[in-house]
Formats: sequence, structure tokens, C-alpha cells
Amino acid sequence: MNLLEMRAIEKSFNTVKVLHGVDFVLRPGTVHALMGENGAGKSTLMKALAGIHKCDKGSMMIKGKEIEITSPKHSQSLGVAMIHQELSPVPEMTVAENIYLGREPEKGIFLDYAQLYKQTEELLASLNVKISPKARVGDLKVADQQLVEIAKAISLNAEIIIMDEPTSAITDKEVENLFHVIRDLKDQQKGIIYISHKMDEIFQIADDITVLRDGRYVNTWQAKDIDNNILIKNMVGRELTEIFPKTEVPIADTMLEVKNFSVTGQFEDISLRVRKGEIFGIAGLVGAGRTELMHAIFGLSKKDKGEIIFDGKKLDIHNPKDAIKHGIAYVTEDRKDEGLVLEMSVGQNITLPSMKEMSEGLFINSGKENRTIKHQIEQLRIKLNSSRQLVKSLSGGNQQKVVLAKWLIREPRLLILDEPTRGIDVGAKAEIYKIMCEFVSKGNAIIMISSEMPEVMGMADRVLVLSNGKAGGELERREFGQERIMEMAVSHI
Amino acid sequence: MEKAIEKRQFNIKEFAAKYGVIIGLILIMTFFTVMKAKFLTVDNMLNMLRQTSINGFLAIGMTFVVLTGGIDLSVGSIVGASGMFAALVARTETGMPWFLAVLTGLAVGLMLGLLNGIIIAYLKVPAFIATLGMLSIARGVTFMASDAKPVPGLSPQFLKMGGGSIGIIPIPIIVLAAVLVVCYIVLYKTRYGRYVFATGGNPVSARVSGINVKMIICSVYMISGVLAGLAGVILTSRVTSGLAASGEGYEVDAIAAAVIGGNSLAGGRGRLWGTIIGFLIMGAMNNGLDMMAVSSYWQLVIKGIIIIGAVMLDSLNESK
Repeated sequence: MNLLEMRAIEKSFNTVKVLHGVDFVLRPGTVHALMGENGAGKSTLMKALAGIHKCDKGSMMIKGKEIEITSPKHSQSLGVAMIHQELSPVPEMTVAENIYLGREPEKGIFLDYAQLYKQTEELLASLNVKISPKARVGDLKVADQQLVEIAKAISLNAEIIIMDEPTSAITDKEVENLFHVIRDLKDQQKGIIYISHKMDEIFQIADDITVLRDGRYVNTWQAKDIDNNILIKNMVGRELTEIFPKTEVPIADTMLEVKNFSVTGQFEDISLRVRKGEIFGIAGLVGAGRTELMHAIFGLSKKDKGEIIFDGKKLDIHNPKDAIKHGIAYVTEDRKDEGLVLEMSVGQNITLPSMKEMSEGLFINSGKENRTIKHQIEQLRIKLNSSRQLVKSLSGGNQQKVVLAKWLIREPRLLILDEPTRGIDVGAKAEIYKIMCEFVSKGNAIIMISSEMPEVMGMADRVLVLSNGKAGGELERREFGQERIMEMAVSHI
Repeated sequence: MEKAIEKRQFNIKEFAAKYGVIIGLILIMTFFTVMKAKFLTVDNMLNMLRQTSINGFLAIGMTFVVLTGGIDLSVGSIVGASGMFAALVARTETGMPWFLAVLTGLAVGLMLGLLNGIIIAYLKVPAFIATLGMLSIARGVTFMASDAKPVPGLSPQFLKMGGGSIGIIPIPIIVLAAVLVVCYIVLYKTRYGRYVFATGGNPVSARVSGINVKMIICSVYMISGVLAGLAGVILTSRVTSGLAASGEGYEVDAIAAAVIGGNSLAGGRGRLWGTIIGFLIMGAMNNGLDMMAVSSYWQLVIKGIIIIGAVMLDSLNESK
């Protein structure tokens, strides 16, 4: 009997359909990889299973019983546990306290700490995990926090365990350890749904593979029946050139030179050189110091050492205002936390960095402001009802275009893009890539941080790979290769 | 893109969320009019507005602060301090002109607000703590400056600030109207106002956009301080002497007015007209309940219920 059967699942957000009749079947004692590009619908499908989203249509069976999941708690009681990409433990509490949060053993009205630590120790031992139940969770490494979350899932008698990108922030050795734990879980007849972009891992650990694309079910295979190429072709579903409309741009002389940049504890001695007309990629694992490097260059944080030469002149950048003045713009990694003011309108967000230009003396020239906003909305084909609607009501792709619009009106020379297409659909991605190409074709330059390998390989002219805060190496476009970039990314770990 | 067409459907919930406070004000006014015929007369309305003008100044200043996600607990004490220093200058025996006394009051408010701003924006003390400390400090200084004794004998010109009228309209109402117009323009027609909203809505994003977030934060406490100074001057003039305890507890009404008006204490979301309705509701309640001879203890209870109720409706709407 199958552990889980999801049939013809459909889900829409507002008017956008994100799942168009997806099937997913999990056998007990197996690892089932769920693959697809960002925006393919993997997370939405899993959130439907975890009770975070309610699906619009379709049926679900757990161990042969037809069920309708109503809430995260309900899902948990049915034996489903989700290990989130961003872990959410209480850092100030111990491992044991975290695992049994809300279910603490008691003696009368008092907490029974002896029992709590004893049962935690047994639990961790059953997983062959060597972590002290009394350790403070905030002191643990990410990999160990992950194991704590898995232990917690087991303690809840979970039989279906969802792991969302479990290896995105941990080292090779820690991955080995994680795989040991996963194999033990398999032996206990549990089912693991494994979401990852890393091909080699998938073929190491998965028994079955299901691919989703643009919210549609593509197919399910046994891992032994297919290879890397077939898998990628099914995931992408189109020629790479269609998604990455990279145009040939003549590359001229140096625009930006960053020399020996260091911030203690984040990265050290990073140098790079960006030329006019170039898209300069920065790759590396999460936590390699890429975003921190950009923050220091843009003046969002203080550098400890290093200098910036822009157009042949040494620049002193103390805050974002200085950087903006010199024609540098920064589209941050997280558009909701750093890029946009969600409670403000689309228009107000677009003109925020340019209020001086939109004003006469102290007062805002609303005619000029409205014309500028309208022009930008047309230029970038932002889909909306009115420029006065709140920016939070737009889709992710359109929000990202708003962030781009707000910087493009300033006509910057250098655009820093941090994960420019995270969490947006394929169509919007292609449009953003087009905007990027147009931008550099005017003799400007882009620094693009990206964790998506296809994006780096599809768009960058050159790539600098950071590894654990150090330079892992630099490659020209003709030298690009997924394996080489990965090797460099782990070279200092 | 084609011409942007706004689809507007009448949505009762949205309407209630947006204009609920106005409906509330109308209901309250109607209730008192029905209960007491004298309530809705020109005389009583002017009286009510004059009573509520002190809270009006504080609530407007509080709106700026709340829009950035901060809070100013010290406004009541700043009212006391600025009123006292103004009184000391305004005594007939000093022979100083009345406007010097007014300027002294404003300057004291501005300086205390500046101190708040520096401590919060640059020394990174949470606004709640910093202004709580200032609440105590300013009050202490006021008592010391006056030796805890009333300061009477203020010059007749100075007393006009609070007691005088132009035509039939009391001067405090005229000053309040002027302040409202200026603040409306500052908040909605200048880039400074836009920066206040952006800072409260998302300080990180504002900083990335090149806005000097610290300066904006510092400045809203200066605005709150100077308006509290103005309130202090007018209050002193109205009660005709400097009193060390004046303004005690006023921060509660100011925060209440801002909150009833629909300004989110989390920052970034708010509106000045809401604050106006907020302090009008507070004023109408005080005035109407007094007329009905409801005990002041019950008035406190009713005020509390209104504050909690207004925010509750707001958050119920948010979660929808």
C-alpha cells in the first residue's frame, strides 16, 4: 500500500493557477525526489500536504485512507512532518526543550527535566545522532539544527517526512551524515520527500523521482531508469536559449575594481574587476559571504579593509547614499524585507530613491512623478490595475520588476542584482533577463549574485565563486561548467 | 500598457475599515445630541474644540512618531516642562514680551524632542524606554525649575494665547488648524513626508533607497517635541499659571487618538485625517459625558473601552 497518494491536485492564488492537476505517490521505505525549477510548484504542493495551503481540487490518500487536510496541526496528526528550508527552532532553548516544545513531560504541575533529557537522549541515539540534549540550539551548526528538527519529526511519529533543500547550507561531510540518518529512516519504512536542485545528491539518495514544471505534473521515474540529461531536459522543458536571451555585447574597459575587500568574520581579501557591458556573476553556497560582500561595496555595512576604484577613480563609500550618487544601484536579495516598502503604493516605491528629482524645492511635483511612474510601468511591462495599488498586492515577478524600475529611473552605471529571479515564474524570469541584457548593451555593467546554476551559466560573462568567505576561483564564460563551479564553491570548506 | 483602469466595487467591509472612525464619530455626536440638546450648539462645539486642542497638538506629533514605528511617552512631561519655562519668562515682573515666552516654550519642547531623537536614532535605545526615561527626567526638571510652586502673574498678552479669541473662534483652535494644514502639507506634499512613511514601512528598504533613516527618526521626535511645547504654552496660558504637574498622563490620550484614527503602531501605515477624527472622538466623549454628568471614573472606563475596541476592529479587519 502506498504511504501517500495525491491525485490531480489544483491550487490557485488569487487568479494565478500554480498547480494544474499534479499527481504524487510516495511508497513506504523510499526516498522520493521532487524536482523542478523554482516556481514549478514543488513548495506549494508540499505546503498543501503540510496543511499550510488548502488545495482547490484533487484528492489525497494517506495509507489508503481518503483525507482532507484542514490545518498544519491536522497534517501533523496524520504523520506528516516538514523540515523547512529556514529552520525555526527557539535558539535560546536546549535541544530537548525544542524537540518536546508543547509536549513537555510533567510531574504534577512541574516540568520533569530528568525524563525530558532521558527521552531526548534515547531519541537522538535511535537516529545515531551525536548531539547533547542539553546543548543550546542557537549554538549548534545549521546541519545539527536540521538533525534536531528531524528528531522532532520522529518524536511526533511522523511517517512522511518532507525535506526542503536540506543540503543547501551544509558541508559535504554533514551531507554524508544526513544521508545516514535518511537511510535509517528508510529502513524503518518511513517515506521521505526530498526537494533539492543538486543532481548528484538525487541520484545518490532517491529511489523515485517526480518532475514538475510550471505547476504541471511531468512524469515519475525510478531513479535507476533515468540519467542527468533526461532529468534536466524534463525539468526545463525548453531550450536554454529561450529562457536566457543572452545577447552578445562588446565588452569594453574596466568600470569597477574592488581590491582586497575584507570584513572580519564574513569574507576576506576578495578582489574583482567588472568591465563595461559585462554581466559579472558571483556564485557560491548560501553563507559564502556573497551578499555580505555586496553590502560592504554598496555601503550598507562597514568594510574593514579594501578599496573601490570606479571609472579609474578611488571611491569612498560610507553609506548607500554615496553609492547611489556615483551611479551604483543595488537590488537586494529579499525584495519583501529589503527591496520594497510593502505598505506603500507601486508608484511610491518606484520613485522612492529619486524623490529629489521628483521634487521642486521641498515639494513633490506630482505631475512629474506620475509621468515617471507611468513610463517605468510601460517600459518594464509591469502588470497591475493602478499605480496606486499597494505593492504587496502584486505577484512576485511584478514586485521584482518594481524593484528594478525604482533603480532604472536613476540610470545607474552599475547594477548589483542579488538573486534577481528568486521565487518568480519562468515567464517573468525571461523578461527580467531581457531587461538585464538591454541594460548592459548600453555600456553599463551588472554584478549578479545567484544560487541558481542555470542562471549563472546562462547569463554571466564571467563568474567569481566564493567559498566560505574566500575567493574560490574565477571562470570565463567558455570555461563554465556546473562541476567546476561546485568544486570551487566548496574549495575552502 | 493600456490605460490603467481601476476596478472599484463597493465593498462594505473595506468601506467600514477605511471610514469606520468617521461613522463612529457621527454616532457619538448623534447620541449626545439626542441626550442633551445643548450639545450640538456653536458655543459648545467651540468649547469642545478648545478643550481638545491640547490633545490635538500632541496627537498630530504622535502621528509622525507612530508612522515611523516609534512611540513618544514623554509628551505629557514635555507639556509640563515647556509650559513651566514659558510661564517663568511670561511673568509680568520679567517685563519680557509675550512672544519670547512662547519661543521659550517651543525651544524647550524642541530640545527635549531632539534629545529623544538622538537617544533613539543614534544611541539605539528603544523608543519606549528612551521616552519613558524622558517622561521622568522632564517632569523632575519641571519641579526643580519651579520649586514645585505654581507660577502665577503672567502678562495679559501671554494669557491671550489660551484664553483669547479672534471673532468668536478661540485662538487655540486657530493655531491647531494652522498646525494641521502645515503638517498635512509636510506629510503628503513633501519628500520628507514620503520618507517618514517609507522609514516606518521598511527601514531597511528605505536605507537601501538612500534615505537617511536615522535623521528621519530623530526628526519625528523633534516634531513631537515642538508640538508638545506648543501645547504646553497654550495650556499654561489657559490655566493662567505655570503648574509643575500640568500635562501629566496626556501621552495616553495622544496615543489613543492616533490609534483610534487607524495609525498602526508598527509603523508605515497611517493617516493624518484619522488622527483628527481620533482626537475629535476623544474630545466629544469628554465633553458629552461631562454634560450628562457621568462620573469621571466611568469616563476613564469608557475611554479605555473605545481605545481597545477601535484597535480590535482594525486587527480583525487586518486578519481577514
